[in-house]
Amino acid sequence: MLLITCPHCGDRAQAEFTYERPVETVIALDATVEVAVETLYNRANPRGWSWELWRHTHGCGAWLRLHRHTATHEVAAVALLEAGA
Amino acid sequence: MKRYSAFNLFREGLNGHKGWEPAWRSPQPAKSYEAVIIGGGGHGLAAAYYLAKRHGLKRIAVLERGWIGGGNTGRNTTIVRSNYRQPQIQRLLEFSLKLWEGLSEELNYNVMFSQRGALFLGHSDSDMTRLAERGDALRCNGIDAELMTPAQVARLIPLLDMSDMARFPVHGALIQRRGGTARHDAVAWGYARAADALGVDIIQNCEVTGFDIQGGRIAGVRTSRGDIATDRIGMSVAGASGQVAALAGFTLPIESHLLQAFVSEPVKPMIDTVIMSQSIHCYISQSDKGEVVLGGDPDLYPTYSQRGVPHRLEEVAGQAISLIPALSRLRMLRSWAGTTDMSFDGSPIIGTTPVEGLFINGGWCYGGFKATPGAGWLLAHTVATGAPHEINAPFGLDRFAAGATVDEQGTGPMPQAH
Repeated sequence: MLLITCPHCGDRAQAEFTYERPVETVIALDATVEVAVETLYNRANPRGWSWELWRHTHGCGAWLRLHRHTATHEVAAVALLEAGA
Repeated sequence: MKRYSAFNLFREGLNGHKGWEPAWRSPQPAKSYEAVIIGGGGHGLAAAYYLAKRHGLKRIAVLERGWIGGGNTGRNTTIVRSNYRQPQIQRLLEFSLKLWEGLSEELNYNVMFSQRGALFLGHSDSDMTRLAERGDALRCNGIDAELMTPAQVARLIPLLDMSDMARFPVHGALIQRRGGTARHDAVAWGYARAADALGVDIIQNCEVTGFDIQGGRIAGVRTSRGDIATDRIGMSVAGASGQVAALAGFTLPIESHLLQAFVSEPVKPMIDTVIMSQSIHCYISQSDKGEVVLGGDPDLYPTYSQRGVPHRLEEVAGQAISLIPALSRLRMLRSWAGTTDMSFDGSPIIGTTPVEGLFINGGWCYGGFKATPGAGWLLAHTVATGAPHEINAPFGLDRFAAGATVDEQGTGPMPQAH
């Protein structure tokens, strides 16, 4: 995982990127308090494949969706976060 | 258990050291136990020891997937201190520190606890203000803390760069003289030996594969070496807390991250205290073997790989060399990484779970080693009585929904930020 392929910038060092959170833990604006608390604090924390939000902080600044394996560090997919996502 | 003593050492010396016994047995798992501890690290072994010693349970098993002390117990930088800022965590770690102070005698095993002092350097006026605030908070609660002038720091650590050109100018420090280091393996082995002597079965190479839950209550545990019936389980499995919780059907406010550390080749004594910093994240100490032990920030993304990125080591080395230029001449011997249970407020979780009879000790982020005796003691209390002790009551799973987090760093619900 030392290289992450940014859709804008190409292969870039992982040090340029910042992990944010698993995609499914983004809280919907209309979530109830219970759902919001559950989403904010509880994690599946998988040992395996996970969809995560990352940001190319020290590069183009784009928000990215990474499909990443948490034990082998393979990155299967890097996608831009689409508008409204 | 054959006691370790100068007399026995002398006697065995005359006998060619043929009379020593193995420090613990390797028993087969029984069909049932009064209580089961999952995880044979320092915390789990301590919990088993205190369950037998303080609560008088006779039939206790410790289940360890690999070998005892092979996880985070063997991967930390061995620092022991209680100089935190928040009263709840201060109390927990001070309780632990007091147990450390009598531990070698209690276990009849030299855990090499060395109270060489643990200090935070301040590099600016604002650092010194923060350190003074922390020192006040500590002394208000009866924990030792001393603010040091630059001259006092220079006398204690002569190798620090105190020049006008220093990258990180030293404006002073806050020291806890009762802090220090201990031998990490010895802590696991000492607890294992003492627990074994009280009849605890330490079962290694035994992976938990599931739970037997009946009506929301624990009835047993399934393992790679057969099913075991029990109605009380304490899990103390930092690095795998999420997996074990998933087997029991619930999730935790924990993300698994990674922290690296590395050591230099052994050299003569050059640093006789534990050096940390208020501004930069680098901690430096020297082991009894002479290796300079260095650690820093975690890698900041979820991972179970136990394998870190090189640029993190470079950052730590750069900071360490800026503080102590003499370190630049040392060759690094080895580096490693451990999987840390990062909680959402930076504080541990010790208490009940949604499953009755299953108790958790985890979420220690990368500060669990210092808490080994205290966390074990408190987990044992919680397992034995079914309810948390007043010291670990603030560290329940319910604190997140209640908004009663213990956020030492004040960084909010971001596990990677603590």
